[in-house]
Amino acid sequence: MLQAARRGKKSSSKKAAPKAAVHERFLEAFRWMLLARTLEDKLRSLYRGGMIVGGVYLGRGQEAVSAACGMFLKKGDVFGPLIRDQAGRSAFGEPLLDVVRTYLGSVKGPMRGRDGNIHRGRPRENQLAMISHLGAMIPVMVGKLLAKRMKGEKGFVGLTTLGEGGMQTGASHEGLNIAAVEQVPLVVVVTNNHWAYSTPNEREFACANLVDRAIGYGYEGHKIEGTDLNQCLDAIETAVKRARAGRPPQLVVAEVLRLAGHGEHDDASYVPQEMKGQPFAEDPVARTEKFILENSLMTRDELQQLRTEIAKQVDDAVATAQQEDAPHAREEDWRSMSTQQLIDNPSV
Amino acid sequence: MSVTYLEAIREAQTKLLREDERVFIYGQDIAGKFGGAFKATKGLAEKFPGRVLNTPISEDAMVGTAIGAALEGMRPIVEMQFADFSSIALNQILNNAGTHYYRTNVPVPITVRLPSGGTKGSGPFHSQSMEGLYSHYPGIVVMTPATVEDAYTMLIDAVAIDDPVVYCEHKYLYYHLKADALPKESFPVGKARIVRPGRDLTIVTYSAMVHEALAVANELCKDGFEIEIVDLRTVKPLDTATVLASVARTGRLLAVGEAFPWGGVTAEVVSRVAAEGFHLLDAAPARINAKDTPIPYHPNLWTEHRPNRKTIAAKARQVLAE
Repeated sequence: MLQAARRGKKSSSKKAAPKAAVHERFLEAFRWMLLARTLEDKLRSLYRGGMIVGGVYLGRGQEAVSAACGMFLKKGDVFGPLIRDQAGRSAFGEPLLDVVRTYLGSVKGPMRGRDGNIHRGRPRENQLAMISHLGAMIPVMVGKLLAKRMKGEKGFVGLTTLGEGGMQTGASHEGLNIAAVEQVPLVVVVTNNHWAYSTPNEREFACANLVDRAIGYGYEGHKIEGTDLNQCLDAIETAVKRARAGRPPQLVVAEVLRLAGHGEHDDASYVPQEMKGQPFAEDPVARTEKFILENSLMTRDELQQLRTEIAKQVDDAVATAQQEDAPHAREEDWRSMSTQQLIDNPSV
Repeated sequence: MSVTYLEAIREAQTKLLREDERVFIYGQDIAGKFGGAFKATKGLAEKFPGRVLNTPISEDAMVGTAIGAALEGMRPIVEMQFADFSSIALNQILNNAGTHYYRTNVPVPITVRLPSGGTKGSGPFHSQSMEGLYSHYPGIVVMTPATVEDAYTMLIDAVAIDDPVVYCEHKYLYYHLKADALPKESFPVGKARIVRPGRDLTIVTYSAMVHEALAVANELCKDGFEIEIVDLRTVKPLDTATVLASVARTGRLLAVGEAFPWGGVTAEVVSRVAAEGFHLLDAAPARINAKDTPIPYHPNLWTEHRPNRKTIAAKARQVLAE
């Protein structure tokens, strides 16, 4: 699905009969999608029940492209997810407990109540911990990859994600450019979900398609339907392979509709009804389930069984995190630096 | 043999590149034969191939890249061409590097070099002193070396520190300051130094203003005043104990800084002394800073915009007369 795809080639997902390995990969991706959807539905109800303090940001509508982002990364690769990447984070190996512990503020989580929701990460395990300022994680990823190259590592790749909103920051421009200058093995997956919070595409950018920027930055570009899991898997697999093989950085642009508010505090009432009928507005989880049943990749019973299993995993994780301690201000060390003797102390 | 402040910075980087394979330098125009706008890296790209890298004019991405490399175990040094341009990288320095340890328990050992402070004719965008701004945010060590010796050892210390360091090197001192040789030992990081003992007034200052303060102390000495000068060396952490001990000896405080007047290092010094050492003071504490306007281009204006020997001396006499 390279540049050529933009000139009208359609997905082959409904034509070609997928082979066994392709089936397996497809079903694995679907499991991550379903896990993300189930988990996020749970987070939504916890939020509505007042159990989560702060924002809840869902990847509803972006599960197919996000799952594909985590699927082709191996040990030693780096993932820099953003706010709507639950499926990709899980596919990359983030434990369910990390998610619920962070949302519920457990001291056992990676952020220990110091940061919440989607800002979590495990930098030592190559899962970058995003900051809210969009585009900021692109050069951080570049630095990880540059350093790996300096250390003599080979065969690694980094993948980071962005929305069409985030693509409009100055930081994104600097980051995308410096990645190409450094020729690091990078894949940037941009999901155009049509809304930067409440701002529609026409007030975000004026180019025909964001993938057109690929050539301007010296990237190879790929344009996909973000609700079609087959396209997502094919394009992102190709992009990851190419980056790994030393080709220039790769830009994948997927089109979807954000099927939630910006956060759960937002009812997204500004999304016009007619947009919800557009092809890109399809629910990727429903579309993938339909494909699975139509192509007999699973039976209805198997699908139901999978849903039940995943729901139990999610419930177990939530039950565990809910029993854990929240942070205590008195036990907090209030230190912003690891070098203790250099911590400034206004009252001596 | 003599070594300038600028040469000390170059020598420190040479030593770091030679002795620590994790170190690389990232910045604009620093590589090739050019060696940086101020030549702080001259010859280093040839000596250490692949480790002194030119970047696009992308301050945000330069620091972001350094953060990523630091997370991967490297010890990057970022050279900002002028401190003023680090405003473009504030987000990466303050919001990313500065929060990272607290949020994730993983520190970010980057060093960001800021060629700081005014020189004649440099104007509003090539003269700034940003130490107060960086100190305001948590998670960052802010160094302001005033001597050739400190320029050398503190840069080596900065790279050794596991946390982000903003290293403010003063452009006026680059060529004006010379020492006989590079030091073998360093003064402890985070400790202020009494550069001149006295009993009548404490001037707390840092960076280029240390030398202005010394000139004032010598001038007032002729009138029988003994001024003690404290060089903060790092403005964050701020060595409050050394400042208070000095004020305990002199009973009078004047804080001098080259940055803008609202808030900042001198305000912090006065505030801490007032809060912790009010009983030590025989006169109201005073401070003197640059004026609250952009930094003017013309030397006639610039010399009056920043604190100078005349204005510092006048303020010192005022505090001494109280």
